[in-house]
Amino acid sequence: MAIDTERVQTIEEIEPFEAAEEIDGGDVVLIDTREPHEYQEAHLEGGKLVPPGLLADEIATAAPDKSARTILYCRSGNRSAIAAAQLQQLGYENVASMSGGIVQWQEQGLPVVAAHGMTPEQRERYSRHTLLPEVGVDGQVKLLNSKVLLLGAGGLGAPTALYLAAAGVGTIGLVDDDVVDASNLQRQVIHNTERIGEPKTASARKTIEALNPDVDVVEHNCRLDSSNIVELLEQYDVIVDGADNFPTRYLLNDASVRLRKPVVSASILSFDGQISTFVPYEGPCYRCLYPTPPPAELAPSCSANGVLGAMAGTMGLLQANEVLKLVLGIGEPLIGRLLLFEALGTRFTELKVRRDPECPICGENAPEIPDSELGKFPDYELFCAG
Amino acid sequence: MATIRIPPVLRPKTGGEPQVEAAGSDVGEVLRALTAEHPDTESQLFGEDGELNRYVNVYLNDEDVRVLDGLETAVKDGDTVVILPAMAGGRA
Repeated sequence: MAIDTERVQTIEEIEPFEAAEEIDGGDVVLIDTREPHEYQEAHLEGGKLVPPGLLADEIATAAPDKSARTILYCRSGNRSAIAAAQLQQLGYENVASMSGGIVQWQEQGLPVVAAHGMTPEQRERYSRHTLLPEVGVDGQVKLLNSKVLLLGAGGLGAPTALYLAAAGVGTIGLVDDDVVDASNLQRQVIHNTERIGEPKTASARKTIEALNPDVDVVEHNCRLDSSNIVELLEQYDVIVDGADNFPTRYLLNDASVRLRKPVVSASILSFDGQISTFVPYEGPCYRCLYPTPPPAELAPSCSANGVLGAMAGTMGLLQANEVLKLVLGIGEPLIGRLLLFEALGTRFTELKVRRDPECPICGENAPEIPDSELGKFPDYELFCAG
Repeated sequence: MATIRIPPVLRPKTGGEPQVEAAGSDVGEVLRALTAEHPDTESQLFGEDGELNRYVNVYLNDEDVRVLDGLETAVKDGDTVVILPAMAGGRA
């Protein structure tokens, strides 16, 4: 393209780093003067596309205020310089063209929004995902936009959170009110020795942020109860249940069925784990599988009974695998299936789980339940007393 | 003979065995053979009315006996009976 040197000489040109500073400062109209296919491939965040041939027609919409600071850029700086001169003739008072264009901008390591919302760094980081036809760029963007809530940052939640973070799940919420203890470190690989005594949510956040800056970690340093669960669950797409007690599991089930949120649920003890995926009304819920909790002597905890760390990790990663499939909408999640893992025998057993038509929560005649009753069941008080 | 898979919480009552062999023509008989051999398992599996406790799931191979014929579900040689109480561990 020929450049009208007469006009170009009269315009202001700024370097990419200067443009970046101005853009960061706000109050800048940023115009991308390239063709749509170039824009789609990569553009500056906030840049509005106004192709050169449409400048006269579209600039008034993209930049209605002629006195506003307006920065133009193109691929290498030529087209934006011409466009800047044209804008000045149209009466724009404070126009600059970014020299070197987006090419120099990227050479200087400044960020762009690449095709489908992924930056070049993200394309590199997630290339082993996007190479999978079942995932692709679109799938990775789904992951980056997904919000997953983990109940517990412990034996199950620690490995689950690590792999979800590595996979680029954009928002990971962590519910845990515990602090890191030395006895956790044999299996809770998201924490480390230096963090003993720190809240688990804070420790997990540090590890996740070091692993993947794309992930937004939300700490919920509390215990779930019927007063906070609905509000919490509403903010997320998928819930991962690694709770250590039955009241929480029933509470989560009842609230998630009401809100129609899928729950990936695993539990572990000693050398054994079990996992299933509960998608409300598509398959059974937790109460269809376990209508009532067992008495205390049949419900021991890991703290009292021990647990093989690698088995916990195996189950945590099976949970992560389920979450990724649910978000991506691929494969066959464990809906209506309960998978048992026996680490000693290295044996997987799959059992069928059916919806219970009489289920008090998801059955055909299930009553409406007020918030205060979520998670309760006929012998709740008795169970808690025991 | 059928194979009974013993869940971790019941293994202390079966001498630590993860699975035991038991004879019987239906699920009830197979489980009664287990409780005869290991009496401590009885109160865990059955209520005072002789029915399975509600918090214990029993599967014949991969199917919940509640959707089959319950304790009267016929058992063939080589079948597997899975006893499955709910587990809650995870966060700790």
